[in-house]
Amino acid sequence: MKNLKKILAVVLSVLMIVTIFAACGKKDDVKEPDKKSVKAALICLHGDSSTYDKNFIDAFKAACANKGLTVDDYTIVTDIPEGTACYDQAADLAETYDIVFADSFGHEAHMLKAAKEFPDVQFCHATGTQAHTAGVANYHNAFASIYEGRYLAGVAAGMKLVELYGDAEGKVSDANAKIGYVGAWPYAEVISGYTSFYLGVKSVVENATMEVRYTNSWYDEAAEKTTALALIDNGCKLISQHADSWGAPTACEERNIPNVSYNGSTAEKCPNTFIIASKINWAPYFEYAIDCVQNGKTIDADWTGTIATGSVEITALGTAAAKGTQEKLDATIAGLKDGSIKVFDCSTFTVEGKALTSFVADVDDAGDFVPETEVVEKAGDITFVNESAKRSAPYFNVIIDGITAITK
Amino acid sequence: MKKNKNTLKEPFVRIVKRDTIKIQYKILIYAIAIVGGLLLSGLISVLFSEKGLGDFFQSVYAGALGSERKFWLLLQNTALLLGTSMALLPAFKMKFWNLGGNGQVLVGCLAAIACMFYLGGKVPDSIIILLMFVTSVAAGAIWATIPAIFKAKFNTNESLFTLMMNYIAQGLVSLCITIWVKSGSGVLVPIAHGNIPDIGNKYLLPIILFVVITVLMYIYLRFSKHGYEISVVGESVNTAKYVGIKVDKVIVRTMLLSGAIAGIVGFVLAGSINHTISTTSANNMGFTGIMVTWLAAFNPLIMILTSFFITFISNGMVEVRKTFMFTNDSISNIVVGIVYFAIIVCPFFINYKLVFRKHEKEEIKK
Repeated sequence: MKNLKKILAVVLSVLMIVTIFAACGKKDDVKEPDKKSVKAALICLHGDSSTYDKNFIDAFKAACANKGLTVDDYTIVTDIPEGTACYDQAADLAETYDIVFADSFGHEAHMLKAAKEFPDVQFCHATGTQAHTAGVANYHNAFASIYEGRYLAGVAAGMKLVELYGDAEGKVSDANAKIGYVGAWPYAEVISGYTSFYLGVKSVVENATMEVRYTNSWYDEAAEKTTALALIDNGCKLISQHADSWGAPTACEERNIPNVSYNGSTAEKCPNTFIIASKINWAPYFEYAIDCVQNGKTIDADWTGTIATGSVEITALGTAAAKGTQEKLDATIAGLKDGSIKVFDCSTFTVEGKALTSFVADVDDAGDFVPETEVVEKAGDITFVNESAKRSAPYFNVIIDGITAITK
Repeated sequence: MKKNKNTLKEPFVRIVKRDTIKIQYKILIYAIAIVGGLLLSGLISVLFSEKGLGDFFQSVYAGALGSERKFWLLLQNTALLLGTSMALLPAFKMKFWNLGGNGQVLVGCLAAIACMFYLGGKVPDSIIILLMFVTSVAAGAIWATIPAIFKAKFNTNESLFTLMMNYIAQGLVSLCITIWVKSGSGVLVPIAHGNIPDIGNKYLLPIILFVVITVLMYIYLRFSKHGYEISVVGESVNTAKYVGIKVDKVIVRTMLLSGAIAGIVGFVLAGSINHTISTTSANNMGFTGIMVTWLAAFNPLIMILTSFFITFISNGMVEVRKTFMFTNDSISNIVVGIVYFAIIVCPFFINYKLVFRKHEKEEIKK
């Protein structure tokens, strides 16, 4: 009995301490509604060990700081899977926050569901395809013309091949002109990305070929690493990737094979092989959307960032990059800006031996997988595929000559 | 005392097995562990951020019970975890270490989604749902029975076998998604057909279903002949053989049941909650369920408490990560891991006690 009393005393006192702590944490729930103060939240698929999510997280923090949001005004929720958990989280955030962002393609259906339920809260989904046809006023998509960044990264890769294997005239033998690409899924976003990268390489090394292998996952470090190694073993002299882990860059560092990265610089962990990385800087979009809410303006249903908006970026060159790369890149950027260079210039590639004169894409993404929009256009003398113009998310999904995509 | 002084010296601490332990001590040990674990986890959270310890406890509470939605989610998540643990329980009681809960739930899920995908819009929803149920249960049962047959016939190691079956299940899901999703994005958009209708609200169905399964499991293990056979096989295979129990049959039969229940969890996940599937749809419940089962010492009714508690902590921790803005996976893992670790060590202190060197002896030595 004496023991029982003692135990009771301990348990009660512990409980008391906990309650005191809990009470300390309580903030004043009743806040005066201030029209200009905006609370923003970001939902991420993974934490910052994923380069893809880290890119969002860093940009979101920067954008919030730029827009005058304090740490109490914004939050980031990580590791939210692409299922009902995303809807639950979005709905939960909608009760406190004015604008909710989500970063992963698979979050879309769940964000859209939450948007319909909370019409007064803005829901912004990166990389999605539905907003421009869904007709839900508070639901928005955004992407960037990242193919321009990939193209630039490809130019830097081509320069490296020439430096490593080029003869006196700068020609590279066919065997040495083979590069590899680790893709996540055989999806337009990935296909458009590697095609633009390849075209960048091809603009420097005319006879370049590329082998693409998929991991069928956006984030699978082991698979990305083994896939990169398999490509290297298969004779690829340079590797790039569109997948979100450190798998491919570390594989390249181990084998001393140049690597062109994505989402951010990998120079720190891979100093000997890092050439350049392209990335989408999401901060301009975050700032734009937060700004719209602050000033009561409507957010575009479908927003495409470009080099001009600061959304498409290339990182500083790695020490492994070839000499003269920066000058070449500056010239290419100028060309992209003034329109004299088009990434998907139909005169630079063929499909099954023929030049592309027409390409109808599934832009509305109504679930029928039936393409309906002609996207080959003409500007001046250049016939080109106008990527990310009809919809922010990429839709170019043709395998062009010179690229071998292995789906197994 | 003729012995050398050195050999006389008692170690500072000895570990002694307890014979019995009073229930109030048990509760005390758990209370200390939980509060201690939370405190430690909270302190580490505070260390990595600018927030205070108060915010930590506030967040744990808010994450689990902060709103009506969170309350229902807590119950629903508890029910799903309880369901998965119920699938593991009979196997564990038989000392068959089924580490394949994830895979068994996942194939159940996959079977249901396959029905929704192929039959949706062509056959009335009621028939699809019925088929979903049947195929999910069958898929889960088959997935669990394969390692059971190998165990019964060839005495293969069931832990490794069931564990590997998880990866095969994931591979199957990945393969199906690649085939089904024509855009190649790898994301299966939620399917509108074959959705199990809500009862009351959208959270209630799994709650009722798995509480019923828990009660039935309790009765099955406690009062049925099968249940008795399972515990005998678990205690000693030789004894079981001696009294005429067909051990092979019991292993296969029990795993059939185990897998069928996991299949039901998959059915609910697919039909009532997600309406879509990914390789992570099982949400690692097959592993968390092991903790639920062990902490409850294989008692189905206590498992209601343990699954509730673990869900409470994990939902609370999601909010902690949000409040403290832990975007670094390692920090979030440490913070959650500490709490779990504190709970997991409890059975040690319940089974053993630490005996410290007594001061009096030192005085005698003087």
